[in-house]
Amino acid sequence: MMESKAVPSKRSAIRSDVLQQALAFASLIVMFVVFSLASPNFATFTNIVGILLSTAVIGILAVGVTFVIITGGIDLSVGTVMTLASVITGVIISYWGLPIPAGVLGGLAAGALCGFVNGTVTAKMKVPPFIATLGMMMMSQGLSLVISGTRPIYFLGTPSFRQIAMGSLAGIPNAVWIFFASAVIGSLVLTKTVLGRYTFALGSNEEATRLSGINVDRWKIAVYTLCGLYSGLAGVVMASRLNSAQPALGAGYELEAIAAVVIGGTSLSGGEGSVLGTVIGAFLMSVLINGLRILSIPQEWQKVVIGAIVIVAVYADIARRRRR
Amino acid sequence: MNARATKPTTPIISMRGIVKRFGAIQALKGVDLDLYHGEILGLVGDNSAGKSTLMKILTGAYRADAGEIFFEGRPVTIHSPLDSRRLGIEMIYQDFALCGNLDVSSNIFLGRWPTIRGLVNRKQMEQEAARVLERMNLFLPSLRLPVETLSGGRQQAVAIARALAFNPKVLIMDEPTANLSPNASRRLLELVSDLRDQGVSIIIISHRMQEIFEVGDRIAVLRQGEIVGTLSIAEATEDEVLSLIIAGRRSTPESGHARA
Repeated sequence: MMESKAVPSKRSAIRSDVLQQALAFASLIVMFVVFSLASPNFATFTNIVGILLSTAVIGILAVGVTFVIITGGIDLSVGTVMTLASVITGVIISYWGLPIPAGVLGGLAAGALCGFVNGTVTAKMKVPPFIATLGMMMMSQGLSLVISGTRPIYFLGTPSFRQIAMGSLAGIPNAVWIFFASAVIGSLVLTKTVLGRYTFALGSNEEATRLSGINVDRWKIAVYTLCGLYSGLAGVVMASRLNSAQPALGAGYELEAIAAVVIGGTSLSGGEGSVLGTVIGAFLMSVLINGLRILSIPQEWQKVVIGAIVIVAVYADIARRRRR
Repeated sequence: MNARATKPTTPIISMRGIVKRFGAIQALKGVDLDLYHGEILGLVGDNSAGKSTLMKILTGAYRADAGEIFFEGRPVTIHSPLDSRRLGIEMIYQDFALCGNLDVSSNIFLGRWPTIRGLVNRKQMEQEAARVLERMNLFLPSLRLPVETLSGGRQQAVAIARALAFNPKVLIMDEPTANLSPNASRRLLELVSDLRDQGVSIIIISHRMQEIFEVGDRIAVLRQGEIVGTLSIAEATEDEVLSLIIAGRRSTPESGHARA
């Protein structure tokens, strides 16, 4: 300790998560170029707007999950919590006839509440997040079906509800703007606020964080609640886009969201990651799916390719960790 | 040395009858320990004697099953590390307890980041971190590197800076020289002496007896969860302490010392 000379560190100051993020971005560009050359239908305005729109919901979910994964946790419930939020929004607006803002707030609150429960079960009852959120995934799926009576809820009496996601600004649907805004806010929270510092500290060394006199449980609950809030937002956007709350939809979205996070360089072991990486990861998957479809490759193959990419991304994470 | 003459009669910390069990194992069996203002107390004992457990109770990392803690004569409850930090008790853990992915200044201010309007004030944080390191004569190449990229000695410097950043009254160090070269150990012991002269009361857990004899004022020996002796360093020998650690008795027949 206490070397008297400032010897520059030999190890690179470039963080490995930033490296993977750059790699994902480069892959995104390469894919874009390849698909553009392969098909004239790819790089058209309509198709690009379609890609943006299809990224929006998964992207919003993924921004929320980024926080949880940086703490070293996982949230498997975001897809079905999203569905529950859209069902709650549907009930409030279409069944109860309350104003649209009440429905939106109700959906957001439902998502945040589910996240709060996830956080409390994980932090206070010490149930591993994998199990706690798996339970929540099933509970929220069941609740969506119970509350809706297994039928879709349509927003027939409120045509302006659809404008939340499908209205547009500068030719781009609102859903995309909402995704961008939520990503920018998420990035600011993660990098500039105390909550963001706690998110990294928890994932980096939870015991050290506790020994520093930090109420670890409280901040963990806050992170899961924030993730739930993002799921709630995704639920509102989803309901607005489909102009209905579909209680059977949503399962499987959590895996795509987690895949986007991992592809973007956020480490499953916690302590490293960024919202920007997640946004890149989400786009990478959308572009790939869209490109494969345009090249008329059967839909079944899309899943195979995405699965392989997730394995490669996680392997890259493990490999760079082992090098240390 | 000069601090010893001005030692007040009320200890800054007084632990009384501390009991701690881990399942069937009784790690601490009613331990009494006093730390006086401005002294360096060495805490020694075998590996399983309960030194770290006792100190973790003082910092709130563990909760005692029985016993009381007095701080400056007042009874206090320490249920979490937050409670002990509020009293001005800081501990440097043997593994440093740092967040490896976070940079140097974020670690120094872990959980106490300066903010403006809810946002972390990075500039202020880095300036104050630099000031703390400079005051302690600790040098680091950059405050922005994740601490896991630093050498062990530099990580310890970060841990020390974190403990000292908020001017603690009591500093606990768990095996501070375990991973240091002889030269670095010497500089650390100088720093510890300086801190004592500035009025910080210090507890050092160490296996290296000669270091405690070099800088310490008193030495407390734990054996199988009990204090078997507290000696003034000026009057004790290393052999006496060793026999307390091993046998729990102060028997030094070959040197001919009478029992104190």
